[in-house]
Amino acid sequence: MKKMKLVMVGNGMAGVRTLEELIKIAPDLYDITVFGAEPHPNYNRILLSPVLSGEQTLDEIVLNPLSWYADNNITLHLGKKVVDVNRSKRVVIAEDGTEEEYDRLLIATGSNPFILPVPGKELEGVIAYRDIADTNTMIETAKTHKHAVVIGGGLLGLEAANGLMLRGMQVTVVHVMPWLMERQLDDVAGKLLQKSLEDRGLKFLIGAQTQELIGDQDGGKGGRVMAIKFKDGTEVPADLVVMAVGIRPNTALAERIGIHISPTRSGGIVVSDTMQTVTDPRVYSIGECAAHRGTVYGLVAPLFEQGKVCATHLAQFGIGRYTGSQTSTKLKVTGIDLFSAGNFTGGDDCEEIVMSDPYGGVYKKLVIKDDKLIGACLYGDTVDGSWYFKLLRDGRSVHDIRDKLMFGESNMGDTGHEGHSRAATMADTDEVCGCNGVNKGTVCKAIKEKGLFTLEEVRKHTKASASCGSCTGLVEQLLMFTAGGDYSATPKKKAICGCTDASHQEVRETIKAEHLLAIDGVYKRLDWRTPNGCSSCRPAVNYYLISTWPKEAKDDPQSRYINERSHANIQKDGTYSVIPRMWGGETTSSELRRIADAVDKYKIPTVKVTGGQRIDLLGVKKEDLVSVWKDIGMPSGHAYAKALRTVKTCVGSEWCRFGTQDSTQMGKDLERAMWRMYAPHKVKFAVSGCPRNCAEAGIKDVGIIGVDSGWEMYVAGNGGIKTEVAHFFVKLKTAEEVLEYTGAFCQLYREEGWYLERTVHYVNRVGLDYVKKKILDDAEGRKALWERLQFSLDGEPDPWFDFDKASVDTRQFMPVGAV
Amino acid sequence: MSDWKAICRIEDIPVLGARRVERSQGAAVAVFRTSEDKVFALLDRCPHKGGPLSQGIVFGESVACPLHNQTIGLTDGCAKAPDEGCTQRFSVKVEAGSVSLNLDELKTLALEPVGEAKATA
Repeated sequence: MKKMKLVMVGNGMAGVRTLEELIKIAPDLYDITVFGAEPHPNYNRILLSPVLSGEQTLDEIVLNPLSWYADNNITLHLGKKVVDVNRSKRVVIAEDGTEEEYDRLLIATGSNPFILPVPGKELEGVIAYRDIADTNTMIETAKTHKHAVVIGGGLLGLEAANGLMLRGMQVTVVHVMPWLMERQLDDVAGKLLQKSLEDRGLKFLIGAQTQELIGDQDGGKGGRVMAIKFKDGTEVPADLVVMAVGIRPNTALAERIGIHISPTRSGGIVVSDTMQTVTDPRVYSIGECAAHRGTVYGLVAPLFEQGKVCATHLAQFGIGRYTGSQTSTKLKVTGIDLFSAGNFTGGDDCEEIVMSDPYGGVYKKLVIKDDKLIGACLYGDTVDGSWYFKLLRDGRSVHDIRDKLMFGESNMGDTGHEGHSRAATMADTDEVCGCNGVNKGTVCKAIKEKGLFTLEEVRKHTKASASCGSCTGLVEQLLMFTAGGDYSATPKKKAICGCTDASHQEVRETIKAEHLLAIDGVYKRLDWRTPNGCSSCRPAVNYYLISTWPKEAKDDPQSRYINERSHANIQKDGTYSVIPRMWGGETTSSELRRIADAVDKYKIPTVKVTGGQRIDLLGVKKEDLVSVWKDIGMPSGHAYAKALRTVKTCVGSEWCRFGTQDSTQMGKDLERAMWRMYAPHKVKFAVSGCPRNCAEAGIKDVGIIGVDSGWEMYVAGNGGIKTEVAHFFVKLKTAEEVLEYTGAFCQLYREEGWYLERTVHYVNRVGLDYVKKKILDDAEGRKALWERLQFSLDGEPDPWFDFDKASVDTRQFMPVGAV
Repeated sequence: MSDWKAICRIEDIPVLGARRVERSQGAAVAVFRTSEDKVFALLDRCPHKGGPLSQGIVFGESVACPLHNQTIGLTDGCAKAPDEGCTQRFSVKVEAGSVSLNLDELKTLALEPVGEAKATA
């Protein structure tokens, strides 16, 4: 079959990423031709600054060497500018007369620097800062000349100024606005930045308006630039002038060939959600030249997302849609951390929380409106940037965490990375990810060598931040100063996994609204891309079905992780562990005897007491599981499941001289009422008999603490990755009330939590106020929740004994056809 | 002529599931069944840390390792990029619903001693 022809105009990061994605999914569909105006293969434009400052070389920032184009049979026309396209004949025409036919055309021409329309802008020594040629000009000029002026105090301008200074020039930054980086920083942070850069030797002319550039010949009108003159008449010597006052989408070609350009100030080639131009469906456009729903993106992450969608469409899958990205700015200017997102300037109807420590070089401003975080500006300490960004994006109420908000998530007790919060100060051998043992050096090396740009890519390649995620902030910082400034962006909606565009919330809502009862039905209804999902989405969808439609939807064991399929915990050597249920942590001599006998009979190597006051038998062979359960004769402890695990108790008033309530009995009652309760993630309770709280109820999903006048209830605590102290929820009088309120809280979490979301994350997402409204303020709603939980649990089988009813496939315990 | 040994009926393997075939020498072999009733066999050890693949979640023509969730292709036994490594494949014959493995392969391929997962170091 004859291949179709794809021609790409532009050879930059977004475009080439699109080709990479396309080749991955449809390697043989197209003959591909690329035109690049620059004489270089695709390189990482973000890293031009380190090249300028001498930290990296040009070779190091090449992303796709010429061999890559050859290996993928891509015809590459370097140094050829495309000047015209005949859309009716479908031919691309370059400046030198080269012609290429196309079936599909991808315009990825990126952007052009904006040049101030002042007299003298054509003089020698006046340049923009956009590509390798500009960078080389700066490096060469620094060898022979002294005075540099950078017009524009934005990120690019400051990086240029810093680089030129490191190359030995005296640099003045001219900025017409009242403070630096006014689009990313507020005035205070902007001035802190200026002070810090002045200390390093940069000079600033803030508010200065450029009148003209003066040359050294023809009475100032020709030759090489020698000075810059301002509107107030003053002059500054300048052998080199770098204009960094912004970029404009490069739409010249598109305009010429009649493709619709956005009439708004930001401009751009107007594209649909499939990245096709609205004028001609054969013509696609992505990157900094494209305007999607009125927005022109300049950050790498959204552009790569566009590339992915464009590639699936070019590959004729027709499934992906780009729906826009929300972006934040996380920047690195010469060793200073900056972060901003949303509306950080505030306004009359906004409130601000500000922390300012000019001496320590730290400034943070949070802008709140209607109890929601709408903007953040951080200077000097940006480790919590991604958390603020998440709060901002989710739009959840921050009323209940307002007092802690300024101190950030990292101060709420993360573990696993030795308490580091600033990646820059870490040594290469310091561990970043405590789960997967990944150190800083490994992460940086992977980012550099494999050309990684997004958090997801780092996770895939290094496993850092891929397990518990507590080091995400650190990894983002590493990405920032290894791959360059601006990777940070998130899709507005997060899909469950690569099989679908649907989010957890959409799947939950669809299952409920349309009474879906089977995984296949969900996949069909929501247009899953894979025939039977993957190991991420199938367990989630299975849980949503059985939790939404108890007694109707059928549990599918093949869609459960091995622990929940075999009802035991798999260990690293492939054996299993068995934890029988001991109500409230109390046991008897006959239970202990049976356990001891089973340990002997099945030669179980290790017996251990767990943190949740249960006994763990480790190293049981899978073939022995059924017999061990039977011999021990105790119910399943569900220690392997996303379900109620243990209820930890102290001895309480029955024995303890300080006890005010019978905590052990309360714990047993709770455990008997709610065992076999599957949930989005594991659930742990604890009950203490007095405020000394020996059962550590403050770090459980539900913690109950006996006081003389009744019980205090705490929710959404966690003792794991993120040690989070449970929030006080309500004071209750009777044991019946404790059951009802606990059950209602659990059922709310079961109905609304996303799969693998612990109660702490669920409550953080929806807000404690919301949970209080549902359970404390609404007595009927609370009772209904509690009833729904009881209905779900009524008649639930014990999977260790009632195999049929619990959908346990017992064939798994026996090998077949031994040889 | 190589000999084939009947292991089980295809319906003895759960759809989107697996069964283990023990061998007198060497690690067990995992036999997988896809939703389209295709049957594949791999050594029951992932290339990463020796995880028992028979215990993983089967989807499409892949299995997710139960230990660290690496995706292993059922057709080639190899981990999906960026993970690396391949595990031993075994030939499978399905005739009239009967699943057979090749005896020569069972007796000669991947015979290193089992017991402790060999790759845990």
